[in-house]
This record gives sequence, structure tokens and C-alpha cells, in this order.
Amino acid sequence: MSDIDIIHKAADQKYKYGFTTDIEQDIIPPGLNEDVIRLISSKKNEPEFLLNWRLKAYRHWLTMAEPDWAKLKYSPIDYNAISYYAAPKEKKELKSLDEVDPKLLETYDKLGIPLHEQKMLSGVAVDAVFDSVSVATTFKDELKKHGVIFMPFSEAVREHPDLIEKYFGSVVPYTDNYFATLNSAVFSDGSFVYIPKGVRCPLELSTYFRINASQTGQFERTLIVAEEGSHVSYLEGCTAPMRDENQLHAAVVELVAHKDAKIKYSTVQNWYPGDENGKGGIYNFVTKRGICKGENSKISWTQVETGSAITWKYPSCILKGDNSVGEFYSVALTNNYQQADTGTKMIHIGKNTKSTIISNGISAGHGQNVYRGLVQINKSAENARNYSQCDSILIGDKCGAHTFPYLDVRNPSAQVEHEASTSNISEDQLFYCQQRGISTEDAISMIVHGFCKNVFQKLPMEFAVEAQKLLEVSLEGSVG
Amino acid sequence: MIEIKDLHVSIEDKEILKGINLSIKPGELHAIMGRNGSGKSTLSNVISGRDGYTITKGSITWYGQDLLKLSPEDRACEGIFMGFQYPVVIPGVNNMYFLKAAYNAQRRYKGEEELDSMDFISLIKTKIKEVKLDESFLQRAVNDGFSGGEKKRNEILQMITLEPKLAILDETDSGLDIDALKIVAEGVNNFRNPQRGFLVITHYQRILNYMDPDRIHVMIDGKIVKSGGRNLALKLEQQGYGWLDEAAAV
Repeated sequence: MSDIDIIHKAADQKYKYGFTTDIEQDIIPPGLNEDVIRLISSKKNEPEFLLNWRLKAYRHWLTMAEPDWAKLKYSPIDYNAISYYAAPKEKKELKSLDEVDPKLLETYDKLGIPLHEQKMLSGVAVDAVFDSVSVATTFKDELKKHGVIFMPFSEAVREHPDLIEKYFGSVVPYTDNYFATLNSAVFSDGSFVYIPKGVRCPLELSTYFRINASQTGQFERTLIVAEEGSHVSYLEGCTAPMRDENQLHAAVVELVAHKDAKIKYSTVQNWYPGDENGKGGIYNFVTKRGICKGENSKISWTQVETGSAITWKYPSCILKGDNSVGEFYSVALTNNYQQADTGTKMIHIGKNTKSTIISNGISAGHGQNVYRGLVQINKSAENARNYSQCDSILIGDKCGAHTFPYLDVRNPSAQVEHEASTSNISEDQLFYCQQRGISTEDAISMIVHGFCKNVFQKLPMEFAVEAQKLLEVSLEGSVG
Repeated sequence: MIEIKDLHVSIEDKEILKGINLSIKPGELHAIMGRNGSGKSTLSNVISGRDGYTITKGSITWYGQDLLKLSPEDRACEGIFMGFQYPVVIPGVNNMYFLKAAYNAQRRYKGEEELDSMDFISLIKTKIKEVKLDESFLQRAVNDGFSGGEKKRNEILQMITLEPKLAILDETDSGLDIDALKIVAEGVNNFRNPQRGFLVITHYQRILNYMDPDRIHVMIDGKIVKSGGRNLALKLEQQGYGWLDEAAAV
């Protein structure tokens, strides 16, 4: 059953089973109105300010139109056919791996995902006493010792309402854009991270996150605050494909870096991309933005995007503090009928601010890959510097790569460089590999790895290896 | 080992090879000489299985089996190696990683166990000394930023590592200074043995001064017009190809 079918089926259920039964099952029937938002908020025992925020966002959303400037083609989304409170609990628990789609298991094996994680990711019920759970507890103690707060967003709302009220929506306001506004109204859950002054987070938050990754919802909300002089590295997502029955994803991520703080945010996104005929697949409309608030702060985005039927995503940096640094490293792969419109925005406000953009697009099959990036140097940004490099590689002759760089320079002292290239994997390269005994598929994946090397190097070590394998799996069948 | 019979090859309806006959036995070194455009490179490309050529007539057999049915990678695994005239750059792909992938692909094909990284490193470190390349070349991207001579030595490194049965060297000598030429020739000479065949394709007889060819063939306009021993190369060096043109026209 495709995702669309599932959504339609869910929509039909409204008439079949009625309103009350669904509430008992913890599913709100499809459709969006103020009652639904109040219900979500009350289910989460949210404080008044958050409910008001949600309602303001919803009312604003009603006045907005879905953006159409991206180079994406998809059938219109029926926002009233979606159930807005269904995410984690709705997933049916399976009894054993035998009930899981064998194709999915095959992929897990190729990626080398351990068995207990396979179970978690595919929604199989797992014993209470298994490794990862205790591992997770150990992590929690370790983090607590350093005063690091890392918890589900809904928990943070109850335990640290002051922090949430201070920072929530401070980088992505509820009026920001159609999808962020929708998220602000209906967000389900997500993560909250707070690193106190001078603390270097003792572990990659990736390790912990990976264990919890299977519980992420459809309208995720993440907020990371790094106090003065603190460091944190956070990895979102998972290299394994996720069993997910929601079609529309609209997440919001906000990062705040104070003076001398460093945030490294890495994403590996591998949602269901649809089948080889372009049927099904996740629509991923994400708003990610960080602000380098204090001087000498740094925010670094690294993303490996290989999943989703539609990707609409521009992780951005507002470089407000003097000498602050923004980085964006991206690998986006589209195969079959996948479409990606992705890039970044670097907004230079402070003096001597510096940004780097490295974007590698890979298109195969009928895939379409767009880089869209804005570099804005404001009047106040004395001696700002930007370097952008956008390279694309095409596999086959039915795919496409497009680059839309926007430059907006309002200070004459700025130095802005942009380089772009598009190339085919050449027949010469392929034949060279084959003549040494390497098969076409292995050759393509080797050439693509080489192409992405500068971005993979930025990923946390343990994920760089998996990201490479993931690329391999995603490229399978791309050679006619 | 390889038997080419009455081979006719076209590229987009234009006939390039017009009936080639050539047989190489284990241990032999054959050289094909000829001007640019005579079809020398087409022959090496067809043997190694490159796309874009139509075989209109004739056959190539490899130890009795039909070579033309095999994919390029299978031919490589069967022991056919081609040293490229213009070695290709593969950005971002570590030279040693590339060679190890090739080496292990060939071992897998033969049903042999793959070599792990440690074993491969010690193997490649002895090999790279033979072609007088610095070990740092192993960590660089394949042919990326290599000089002409370094690229060719890297080809020889690949050859002596993969240990093919038949090595085709397509204009490996072109663009080399005399020192690089000697290193390449030495690499080939050390690599010769009674089981291994060579097909050296060249424009100039210069490289043949450093090798000991068993047979020299002259190719003009898609045909082998003259075959002979060492002396033929010397005669070509002195008199050029002109005196053979008549033979080709017949």
C-alpha cells in the first residue's frame, strides 16, 4: 500500500468509525481546525503560551498560500486529509522481523545495521532489557553530569518552560513560511538541547539520537541552544530507511549559538523515496535555521539527503555576531523520480563574518536536483567573506541538475566567490574502472564517493562510513 | 593465448579495421607500429571490450573461448590488461583504494579470497618501488594532478600489481622523457615471463630499443601490411612508413 493510499484510507476511516473511537486510539481524525490544535495542546499538557502560539500560527497559516517557486512538481497536498496527532503511537507494532517487508531488511543488511536496531527501526516490539536501552540510560547520566539538557521537546516544555519561552520561535518565527507556520501550529514533538556555558558536550548526540530515532514524528520541532563557549555536535536522522506511513513531513529546526559557541548539526535523511516508477514517497518540507548570535560563534550544517520523493530544504545561518562563521556541506542524491530543491541561506550581518557553502548534487534515473542558495551581505557586514562551490554530477541522460545562486551584496568590502560545475560520469572513467576488473555499479559508486568526499569528511566518523554505504544502496539500479 | 582472425571493425558505419590477423603466444612480446589513425588504438580498445565499436566480421578467441562475448570487466578478470594512452583522472578516489578494489574484484572473479587492507598495503609498497614512484602517490586521487610520466608509471604499477596474462600497452611511451621511458620499459622487462604475453602499441620505435620484441607488425589503414623481427623497427625508424604505403594500397 502506498503512502497516499494509507492517507486516503485514514481519511475514510472517519466515516467508518466515528470521532470518539479514534480518540481512544489516540488518533485525531483527519482535518485541521482550532479544535484540533487545542486538542493536541491539551493532550500534551502544554502551558498557555504554547497553545496561544499554536493558535496564532494556525490563524496566520490560513492567510498564507503554499509556495510554488521551487522547481518541484507534485500533486497538491490535501491538508484536511491528514491526521495531525497520530505520529508515534499510530505505528503498528509488529511481532517479529518476519512481518517486515523483506526489501527493507535486505537494505538493513547491506548497511550493516545491527539486528536489534533493525527491529526498532521497522517497528518490531523489542524486549525491555536489550542493549540500547541501558546504553541510553548511561548516556543520560553522563550528560546530566555536565548539565546538558537533552530531552523530548514536550518534556522540556514542562521541565524548562523558561528556556523554551525564551528561545522557541526566536530563529524561525511562526510567520516564517507556509510549512514552518503549519509546523508551529501542529508540531508533534522533537528534541530540545541545551549546553550550559563553557561545556563541551561529552558525546556526539548522534549516538543517543540514533537509538531514539524511530520515534520521530511527522511535524518535528528541534531547538538547540549553545551557551557561551560551549560545543555540541548533533546528528539527526538515521542511515537506515525508516518505516513511516506519513506522507507529508514539515519539520522545523532552530539553533542558537552564543558567543564563542560551536554547533555542528549533521543530517542523514533517508525517508522512503517512492518506488522506481515514482509512486509514493515522503514529501519533506523542512525549515532549518541557526543564528550565530554572539561573536566568534560557529554553526556548521552537514547534510546527506538521499531519501524522500520531494525534498525542500535550506539549512541557513544568520551570522549576527562579529567574526562568526557559517558552513553548509551538502550531498543530495536523486534517483528514479525523486526531486530535491535544496541549498542554504547565509545572511551576513556582523563584521568579518565568514561562510562556506559546498554543495554536491547527484542525479540519476529521472531524478531532478536543484541547488538554491542565497548569500546576503548586509551593509553592516564589514569584510564579510563567502566561498560557494556547487558541483553536480549526472548519471544517465534522463536526469537533471540545476543551480540557482542568489547573491545580494550591500557592502563593498565583501569578498564573494562562487564556483559551479556540472559533469557526467564520463564513459572514460567507467571504462577505466571496468578495464581493471571493477563492475559498472561498483565503478559508479566509487566515482560518486570520490565526488562526495569533501562533504563526507565533515560527518561524524561512524556515520561517514554508513553514509557511503547508503549512497551505494540508493544508487542501485541507476545504471540502465 | 589470443587469436585474432580476419577482424573487421566499424565505428558508426566507417570501417576502421579491415581484416586483422594476429596471434600471440605466452611469453611473446609483439609490437604494433603505425601512424596516427591507422587503427592501432581501435584494436586495443576492441580487445579490452570498449563500447562503441561494431565488429562486422571475424573473431577473437582467448584460450579457446569467444572473447567478444565477455564484458570488459570479465576480460580484465580473465587477465587482459590495458595500459591507457591517456589515463583517466578520478577525483576524490584514493589511488590505493582504487587498486585494491580492482585487485580484489579480480580475486573474487577467480574464486580467491580477497586481500585485507594490511596485506594489500605491504604488497603495494613493494610494487611501487619498482616503478620508482613515491609512496605518497598511493594516497592521492587516481591520476589527479599527476604529470604525464607519473600517470604512465602509475599504469605500470597497476599492471605489475594485477599481474595480467596479456598486457596491452597503448602508446604508453608517448609524451615520456627518456628517464620515464626507461622506467616504463624496465617495468615491462622485469615483468616478462614465459606465461605472459605483451602487445605494445607505439608510434615510435624508440621504446623498442629498451625492450626485446619477438615480432613487429606494421599497421596501415586498418591492415597489418608487414610483419617481421627487430630489424623491421629499425628500418621504419630510418625510412619511415612511406615504402609500405604501396603494399597497403594493394
